[in-house]
Amino acid sequence: MNRMSLPEKLAVNKYELDEGHPHIEVKAEICNAICKTKACLFVCPVGVYSEQEGKVVADWAGCVECGTCKAACPTEALVWEYPRGGFGIIYRYG
Amino acid sequence: MEEKFDVIIVGAGLAGSAAAYKLAKEGLEVVLVERGPYPGSKNLSGGVLYGRVLEKLIPEYWKEAPVERYITNQIISFMSENASFNIDFRSQVFNEQPYNAFSVLRGKFDRWLGEQAEQAGAMLVPGIKVDRVIVENGRAVGIAAGDEEMGADVIILADGANSFLAQQLGLRGRFNPAHLAVGVKELIGLPRETIEERFRLSGNEGVAYGLVGFATRGVAGGGFLYTNQESISIGLVMHLDELIETGLRPAEVIEDFLAHPSIAPLIRGGKLLEYGAHLVPEGGLAMMPRLYMDGLLVVGDAAGLSVNNGFVVRGMDLAIGSGIAAAEAVLEAKKKNDFSVQTLGVYQRLMAESFVLKDMQTYAGAPDFMKNERLYKVYPEFLASLMTAIYQHEGVPKQHLLPMVMQSLKNSHLSLLALAQDGLKGVRSL
Repeated sequence: MNRMSLPEKLAVNKYELDEGHPHIEVKAEICNAICKTKACLFVCPVGVYSEQEGKVVADWAGCVECGTCKAACPTEALVWEYPRGGFGIIYRYG
Repeated sequence: MEEKFDVIIVGAGLAGSAAAYKLAKEGLEVVLVERGPYPGSKNLSGGVLYGRVLEKLIPEYWKEAPVERYITNQIISFMSENASFNIDFRSQVFNEQPYNAFSVLRGKFDRWLGEQAEQAGAMLVPGIKVDRVIVENGRAVGIAAGDEEMGADVIILADGANSFLAQQLGLRGRFNPAHLAVGVKELIGLPRETIEERFRLSGNEGVAYGLVGFATRGVAGGGFLYTNQESISIGLVMHLDELIETGLRPAEVIEDFLAHPSIAPLIRGGKLLEYGAHLVPEGGLAMMPRLYMDGLLVVGDAAGLSVNNGFVVRGMDLAIGSGIAAAEAVLEAKKKNDFSVQTLGVYQRLMAESFVLKDMQTYAGAPDFMKNERLYKVYPEFLASLMTAIYQHEGVPKQHLLPMVMQSLKNSHLSLLALAQDGLKGVRSL
């Protein structure tokens, strides 16, 4: 197989994007003040999280809704819920 | 609440749809709510379906259901960085109906089971995310989704591994990362003939691999590979606590896994069809939430039902079994018109008497055993070292097997005492 980058892989997936309704919010005041591991930056299997100007931000469009980040977050900095009904990842195969 | 039904089931995965099917068949008014646009659209599996339990619900289901291949060949592979040692078991026994196990693709299979529930009379409502369970005087009486509310005598939570609803209700606490694993999976398309030749399969026969060691870079868990009709499901399951400790990135670990010299030729020429991830409840009995309250039952992944003993990874059969048990409990409650824990609690007893909780009990020691890092870091290296010594001839005199074993144990920093301990523990917990 030709190696593909993660964004290339995600581009193969089907999503119903709920524009204007992010289902992930990073509470910077908690994240920056308390969290030392910032596990979301590496445990997320689709690389939703990145650090920009010292803040963790979520590029939520590629999220496959596994919940790993929420379970790994040692603080309550992640406000993470499922997207609204009908939106988000749509597995055609699964 | 304007509308009231006998039962509302939250989540049309295998547990939810199995319960809906059985209850609708018995004539109850059942609403099956699914947040995805169709059942299965949010579901992803890293296991095969041990389907005998489904046969009890829908006899000869495989004739109609979109199953992929029946598994006739089971392989356990111990991987080091540049070697692999396989235990390869094939048996014609697995060729016979009713089949023991199938590879399935949940986006198709769950959709089919949801349709069966619908045809049995359940009302399937897709595209609705349930925000909360409505509780009055300590009793679940309905669900709320956005501005809408709907009532029922019983709510069945089949809302998956994350079950935020069970957490809201206090049936479980905050997750402990040691009880969870992250599954990452790629679906790789290949022509049917290529799959059959490459894996030595005839017709709809299939193979299931479990891969231990370098697959996960030594993190507890393992790799898997299943053949489908015209694709291969391949991926990793990695324990979340160790992932956090090591700082490894699942997306990178799977890339290295797919590039391993034992794996790359198996997927060569394939085309990526889908990339997904899912949480796996791996904590066994230790993570199980309370399974019921007045007016409510919990089933499937939401109930933490899974068994991973290294040889097999199970969840779908336990989900279906729990859905059936929940339906039986609801029927009992309906007969007595009592939906309190006194009657609904029969669910716990039905589960305890069925293979579902019996197997969870039998393998209660498995989660702890599977945390043993020697399984992933030492044994694959030991096997690779020993097999290399057995087969490598360098023009110098060979040793007998025993000194080779002792040398390989030494090379892998494995003591005889540790070996004995692991052996004993393994025999007891698996």
